[in-house]
Amino acid sequence: MPLRTPLYDSHLAAGAKMVDFSGWEMPINYGSQIEEHHAVRRDAGMFDVSHMCALDLAGPDARTYLRHLLANDVAKLVTPGKALYSCMLNRAGGVIDDLIVYYFSPEHYRVVVNAGTTDKDVAWMRAQLSGVDGGFNATVMVRRKGSDDAVTLIALQGPNAHERRNTGVDAVAMIAVQGPHARERFWTAFPDSRAATEKLENFQATEFASTQGDWLVARTGYTGEDGFEITVPAEVAAEVWQALLAAGVKPCGLGARDTLRLEAGMNLYGQDMDESISPYEAGLKWTVDLKDPARDFIGKSALVGDSARHLHNEFAGLLLLDRGVLRAHQRVITPLGSGETTSGSFSPTLNQSIALARLPVGVAIGSEVEVEIRDKLLKARVVKPTFVRNGKPLI
Amino acid sequence: MNAPANLKYAASHEWARPEADGTVTIGITDHAQEALGDIVFLELPAVGRVVKAGEECAVVESVKAASDIYSPLSGEVVDINQAAADAPESVNADAYAAWLFRIKPSNPTELDALLSADAYAATL
Repeated sequence: MPLRTPLYDSHLAAGAKMVDFSGWEMPINYGSQIEEHHAVRRDAGMFDVSHMCALDLAGPDARTYLRHLLANDVAKLVTPGKALYSCMLNRAGGVIDDLIVYYFSPEHYRVVVNAGTTDKDVAWMRAQLSGVDGGFNATVMVRRKGSDDAVTLIALQGPNAHERRNTGVDAVAMIAVQGPHARERFWTAFPDSRAATEKLENFQATEFASTQGDWLVARTGYTGEDGFEITVPAEVAAEVWQALLAAGVKPCGLGARDTLRLEAGMNLYGQDMDESISPYEAGLKWTVDLKDPARDFIGKSALVGDSARHLHNEFAGLLLLDRGVLRAHQRVITPLGSGETTSGSFSPTLNQSIALARLPVGVAIGSEVEVEIRDKLLKARVVKPTFVRNGKPLI
Repeated sequence: MNAPANLKYAASHEWARPEADGTVTIGITDHAQEALGDIVFLELPAVGRVVKAGEECAVVESVKAASDIYSPLSGEVVDINQAAADAPESVNADAYAAWLFRIKPSNPTELDALLSADAYAATL
């Protein structure tokens, strides 16, 4: 039995074609994937991202625990609501998952992880709680319907009402509203939320009490466009979706989400990186924070020092010059040796095929390479892996 | 389910239409274009290529995936639809108007082995 999000019926009502995605029955499109893609680049679209898992991390040691667990440093989060993108590494420096962590207080963070990795992430995170020096005083709670935590939490209810709200494990739904007009349309649908959300900067979130329960609104996304990701109680998800529809936000499926993130040069976990790949090989060196020499995060020793894994390849974008469509796992032939595409598709914005690839170190941006597609060698140009941002082609 | 009764079909989702001049026009079915989603690239066979029935001879690429097209008949490719190759989305718009290639069959009795519209619909 596939898993369904609280918006399952809303998808069917909107004419979605449903597919299996990491065990979840999710919309791939509602008609035309390309039209949905353009809606996000030009106006506003929304994605059900409730299959991703929200976790609450709470306890006196939450901050020190996350500084140990993640390759990016949560110490740089000082404003409540501020968010950080990070990899969670294994001891060999391979990527267990990429995630976003939101800071509420030094004792409370929200972490959003990928759907397909949720179980292994939660198991890993819980195992690391008891990790070093007697462990960390913190708990990892899954904000999902049917989660065992919903039971556990009854026992954890304390006299402190505020803490209870923060650590409650009521199930949530998540909707990403993305596009140049996404925020305006969101405010049209929910005028009362404007005051609380209008001043949000990029990668900043705010929690507030709406008439439909506690909401978390974050100025984040996975499309290269402006917009919000909103987390609402599962029981009001369908109403929220309906209000956004009425405000002119177009429902978009996983198909458009994939071409949008590809144009934005963003990694897809399990496709562009996995546990055998270090963040350095996935174009994510900027997310590995080595500034504090005293901070010993999991995977650090594998990435730095004499024993560091050698960097054999680097992450780049490819723009197909011949006609055709690049796909994942095609061989890229360069003067310095072979590389491989990790994601590829047709870019609706550029009207041309693009890919993310791992190429031998030293292949210059701007140089021409060949990609083996079926029995042919097609020409491609090596580019920086951000193809489109805020509606504009960058290459 | 849109499968015109005057066409013949292969279970691999191609349609075939015998023409007055003895050639046969080949395309993909409405069901196939629907399943593929937005089509963005067509790789058509070279004119003059000789193919066997069931041989891969074209590729239709949508945003989602690449899909091989098999010739329903043996024969020589005598024409390709360059207009469709230049505007691949025309296959989504009307899969029976946007044909892909024409075959001069070497064994016209192979047509009889193809499916009727009803028989094709029953395979879906």
